[in-house]
Amino acid sequence: MSLVLNFWLRVTALFSGFGEQFRAMNKWQRYSAYGLGVVALYLLPYWPDVPVLGQIVNTPGSQFETVLNDQVVIFVLIALGLNVVVGIAGLLDLGYVGFYAVGAYVTAILTSAHGNLPWLLALPIAVVISMLFGLILGTPTLRLRGDYLAIVTLGFGEIIRLTAKNMDWLGASRGISNIKKPPSMFGLKFGVLDAKPYFYLGLTMVFIVIFILHRLEYSRVGRAWVAIREDEDAAELMGVNTFKFKLWAFTIGAGIGGLAGVHYAGKVGFINPDNFPLQLSILFLAAVVLGGSGNMYGAILGGILVAYMPERLRNFSDKRILVFGIVLVLMMVFRPEGILPKRVGNEHKKRRARSQEGEVAS
Amino acid sequence: MSEVLLDFNNVTMQFGGVTALNEVSLQIKQGEILGLIGPNGAGKTTCFNVMTGVYAPTLGTVSFEGKNLAKLKRFEITKVGIARTFQNIRLFSEMTALENVMVGADARKKASVGGAILRTSRQRHEEKESRERSMELLQFMGISDRAETAARNLPYGYQRRLEIARALATEPKLLCLDEPAAGFNPAEKEELNELILKIREQGYTVLLIEHDMNVVMKVSDRVAVLDFGQKIADGLPADVRNNPAVIAAYLGVEDNAS
Repeated sequence: MSLVLNFWLRVTALFSGFGEQFRAMNKWQRYSAYGLGVVALYLLPYWPDVPVLGQIVNTPGSQFETVLNDQVVIFVLIALGLNVVVGIAGLLDLGYVGFYAVGAYVTAILTSAHGNLPWLLALPIAVVISMLFGLILGTPTLRLRGDYLAIVTLGFGEIIRLTAKNMDWLGASRGISNIKKPPSMFGLKFGVLDAKPYFYLGLTMVFIVIFILHRLEYSRVGRAWVAIREDEDAAELMGVNTFKFKLWAFTIGAGIGGLAGVHYAGKVGFINPDNFPLQLSILFLAAVVLGGSGNMYGAILGGILVAYMPERLRNFSDKRILVFGIVLVLMMVFRPEGILPKRVGNEHKKRRARSQEGEVAS
Repeated sequence: MSEVLLDFNNVTMQFGGVTALNEVSLQIKQGEILGLIGPNGAGKTTCFNVMTGVYAPTLGTVSFEGKNLAKLKRFEITKVGIARTFQNIRLFSEMTALENVMVGADARKKASVGGAILRTSRQRHEEKESRERSMELLQFMGISDRAETAARNLPYGYQRRLEIARALATEPKLLCLDEPAAGFNPAEKEELNELILKIREQGYTVLLIEHDMNVVMKVSDRVAVLDFGQKIADGLPADVRNNPAVIAAYLGVEDNAS
């Protein structure tokens, strides 16, 4: 036990030490570090070719870049979206898979089953329709709180899946095949075998979503969300239109879930209701909570871990789910706030303010 | 100057069989500090809750600057110009002191999701305004040295004052303080008295609920007394202090006197 604890302390020390060093850098050093990080991420599919590192990261039994795209990118996108709803605004959503399914199904309907639109045109439509579903679900249910909201959203996820399963128009349990792939762009061909182009596309989506969410988080909107999470009544009495902002959180979360669905549908080309089980909603939530509910980067880390670890541990075959479960339990006992807990205030701003004070003083 | 800001007209508030307020009429005039006192359970906080839209009155009306508040939602009442603090501190504990105040300041702002994503010039302008105004308020309350501290990590006295700063940030015409001196020592109470007077000087009208007679009698221009949901006195502090009904409510009536 003490060994585990010791190891854990070291890992967290590594994280915080890294953070300190990072904050101590000047603007240009920080930007170049960001740049290097981004390049390294785009090169991820080639990491298994690097000598020692490759041995560590490669996934046995499944192609590394396929895992990266089909699992990791999808989960990271979804964790980002769900984090807005659950982590920042504090609305427990247990049916998030529903929005993921809506995004995928709209793409399938528009490009294959009942239409012939190109994937790129289906994307914005699917995202907007997912957002509409968020609005439709949110308008009556966001008057509920806590447990009640969780139950209603749980039902929503199932309703979407069962509707798809029972409506011939939606392909029933056969599902929909021949979904169009993203068009070739920037010299990338989106075929059947090579997962790399999908990964680049997905990673770009992740960066765009991070950009948008970052702007929202550090604005009046983000403050309203956190205030609602902390004390909804007090927020409302301080002039926050709580219903409106809860609805926004739900809608934006739904849009990002839908976006993940669009990406998924474009990659696999074939979907059926069994791709969207209730279990996925639980895993999505686990990703957010494990990584650090309320912290965007925590949610990303959680998404990566929940998606990647089961693949990496495939050698343990059936036992991997057990290991995953144990890890989750241990986390909840020793660090319930997640691996990267939410930060209070804007650390960067604080650091800058301090260095400015220093300049004035010197 | 003696224009009526808030008019409480024959308000009755019932919860099931319990009558928390019974035909209470109360007027708050522009620019005054009105103390609202009464024994525990007299209906003081209920008064507040009716005023800020937490409860809708069973009977009677509450109007602010001649406008009936009945139809307004809680956040709209804040925008009309009533702000409050809470008897049991209710800050946004995971936010910094500055962010707490900014939430209040945001009440007067317009930029929403679109503005935030595109970072329009209006949004940037509003953001800057919110931040500066909030910082000023923290300075005014004397707690700006801990602006970047999470609200839950602030000392008790800071939290109490942060609540007032947050309420002031919504730019109210009427500031309602619900037992702001609870848990304060005499020196802190003295400081608070001065603060309340300073707040009034800035043009705010203040409604003060307080247990501590010293605080109420010193700062209030006028005192209203509630007992068992009824207003039993309303007048200058000195008069109220000597009002037999008030003394009876606070000290009880001797058995043989009745």
